Amino acid sequence: MSTLNASLSNEQAQRDLAEASAPAAAPEKPAESVIEYGKTVGTPFSDDPKFTLRDVEVFYGDTQAIKGISLDIAKNEVIAFIGPSGCGKSTFLRCLNRMNDSIDICRVKGQLQLDGKDLYDPKNDVVELRARVGMVFQKPNPFPKSIYDNVAYGPRIHGLANRKSELDDIVENSLRKAGLWDEVKDRLDAPATGMSGGQQQRLCIARTIAVSPEVVLMDEPCSALDPIATARVEELIAELSQSYTIIIVTHSMQQAARVSHRTAYFHLGHLVEVNETNKVFTAPEHELTESYITGRFG
Amino acid sequence: MQPANLIPLLVVLIAIAFALGYARSRALAAPLGGIRHLKSLPFYYAARAAMWCGLPALLILACWLGFEGKVIQTLIVGSLPDDLRPESAGEASLILSQISNVASGALSADFVPEPIAEAATRLTALREDSKLMMTLLVVVIAVLGGFLAWLRIAPHINAREKFETTLRRIFFACAAVAILTTVGIVFSVIFETIRFFDKVPMTEFLFGSSWSPQTAIRVDQVGAEGAFGMIPLFVGTLLISAIAMVVAVPVGLMSAIYLSEYATKRVRGIVKPLLEMLAGVPTVVYGFFAALTVAPFITDLAAALGLQASAESALAAGLVMGVMIIPFVSSLSDDVINAVPQSLRDGSLALGATQSETMKKVIFPAALPGIMGGILLAVSRAIGETMIVVMAAGLAANLTANPLDAVTTVTVQIVTLLVGDQEFDSAKTLAAFALGMMLFIVTLVLNIIALHVVRKYREQYD
Repeated sequence: MSTLNASLSNEQAQRDLAEASAPAAAPEKPAESVIEYGKTVGTPFSDDPKFTLRDVEVFYGDTQAIKGISLDIAKNEVIAFIGPSGCGKSTFLRCLNRMNDSIDICRVKGQLQLDGKDLYDPKNDVVELRARVGMVFQKPNPFPKSIYDNVAYGPRIHGLANRKSELDDIVENSLRKAGLWDEVKDRLDAPATGMSGGQQQRLCIARTIAVSPEVVLMDEPCSALDPIATARVEELIAELSQSYTIIIVTHSMQQAARVSHRTAYFHLGHLVEVNETNKVFTAPEHELTESYITGRFG
Repeated sequence: MQPANLIPLLVVLIAIAFALGYARSRALAAPLGGIRHLKSLPFYYAARAAMWCGLPALLILACWLGFEGKVIQTLIVGSLPDDLRPESAGEASLILSQISNVASGALSADFVPEPIAEAATRLTALREDSKLMMTLLVVVIAVLGGFLAWLRIAPHINAREKFETTLRRIFFACAAVAILTTVGIVFSVIFETIRFFDKVPMTEFLFGSSWSPQTAIRVDQVGAEGAFGMIPLFVGTLLISAIAMVVAVPVGLMSAIYLSEYATKRVRGIVKPLLEMLAGVPTVVYGFFAALTVAPFITDLAAALGLQASAESALAAGLVMGVMIIPFVSSLSDDVINAVPQSLRDGSLALGATQSETMKKVIFPAALPGIMGGILLAVSRAIGETMIVVMAAGLAANLTANPLDAVTTVTVQIVTLLVGDQEFDSAKTLAAFALGMMLFIVTLVLNIIALHVVRKYREQYD
């Protein structure tokens, strides 16, 4: 196993090198033949897209993190992004609600559309975009406020409730949808930071859906949780998929297999393969996908 | 030997003890098969020997220097003939200074009575003896301590742990110095304050609304009646501090918010050091600025508005003081705001909040305790500031809330009380201590209140 890993990392290093020094004729089997720039196998496109993404490139300074990805994300589907660490799946996810804007050196190129409208159009209001495309982070990040105030935060800043009773309804509904209502209904005024990690993460999901987004982005939402809390969140994702488009980044292939309809495999900034989830895990088309899901690296 | 020469000698002894201890521990380790068979590294045995050599000797030296003078004085006074024996403390110190003047040659022995001259000779002799004995004692103790520690080096002794224990005690002693100093200051002020309240009733001092600290030097002097009501001074202090805070808190806070949330790295790199430079300008320079530029400007402006402003005003001092303490507020707040985790910002932004909403509703509440800390520091700077007030707000103790009038502050009055020619136990001089005490109590109470407020409203993010 260790020799395999060693040879593999060697292979990756060669690939990196080959990419860095542009095409030319490499002596052995060149890496470009394994991943073709901007080329994805499987079914990356959809007839009823929510997001239409074409030739997306992301740079951090001079480093290119995302290398020409084209992908459609359909309405009300759950799509999982998998791939080894540092392959760009989180970076790509953060492009979808422009969370990369706050990073000075980050530049995004290509065509990114939500319902046919350009995301990065300067006239487009990023605040409105983020209200439509919510995000749940890797580490639970509740605000240091009460449970109630955490959920009410979004509706308040967007003026979604005219009266206190309306706000109460929104908070209750969101907590119910997040499967948290029964656990916290008696202590809505308690600080959110006093909850367990799993509860905090579900609170963050409740907070996100309280502003009624159309899309929920989840960046490894279960990586800081124990197996039981993870199971709860996964159940929740299954329920939410009826009303929201969900894009989930995960390191757990089992999780991707359990919750998603389609799975996208990222490798070193390339989108290698997109297919129906069961196809990816039973009969992957691309050799790199197969190596990854069989545990040869990652 | 002079104590100044004794210290280098001690250092040499310590170095020798260290070297010998090191050599001995290595020598002991060699037959056992290397230093791995010692309980501790040779360094720790050596350090322990050095400590045993140095610490007791230094302690003895310090004690000797501390008590030498007193002991010699008592001996000298005791040996004086009965007719010269002093009756009061003041008399004793007079005679003693006469004796030591003769001993040092500043006063010729021909001008003083015979017994005094004799005492001076005795004093010189005693001092010589004392120096000799001290040197001997310190060196003997150092050598003895070092030797004992050297003897006790053995492979089974855990010198490392013992060295650590001693170090911990030394660190504790250092920490205690700061606390003891504060306690000492407080006590010295308390005793003088009590003496002041013997002369002036406490109620008059606390509630009197007139401040005119005159005491008669001659019995028949005109205007000898002093008034020691501290209210005008505290009102003046609070007025000027309030004006300063009105300037410093909003400007400082908003510049901190700009620097931490909106400014690009480059702008921040230039602006932050510049802002902090404001804190490095000597207060005298601010005083010039306040007295020569701001105060006349305010007088003119007030005249243009049809108001009457005195040439020295609380407003001028307060405004300039506010500028002076901006960096205290901004720099500390900036650090605190930066310390709020990025994940909270991301969480808020991802919900569609704007940058300013995020600031107002998430980051500011989370950073509040630290921001309050910065503001408190600024308040204590403002209350303690003296120079700007002397130059720009004047010395007149007016009881007024009008910022265009001249006022004075507690610290300024303390300075003026102590620089005058007065006997030390007059009410005028002692009043300075009472004022200092009150200032200390007021800032302490302010701190306690602020601490409670912060604890109540803080939003903990960890």
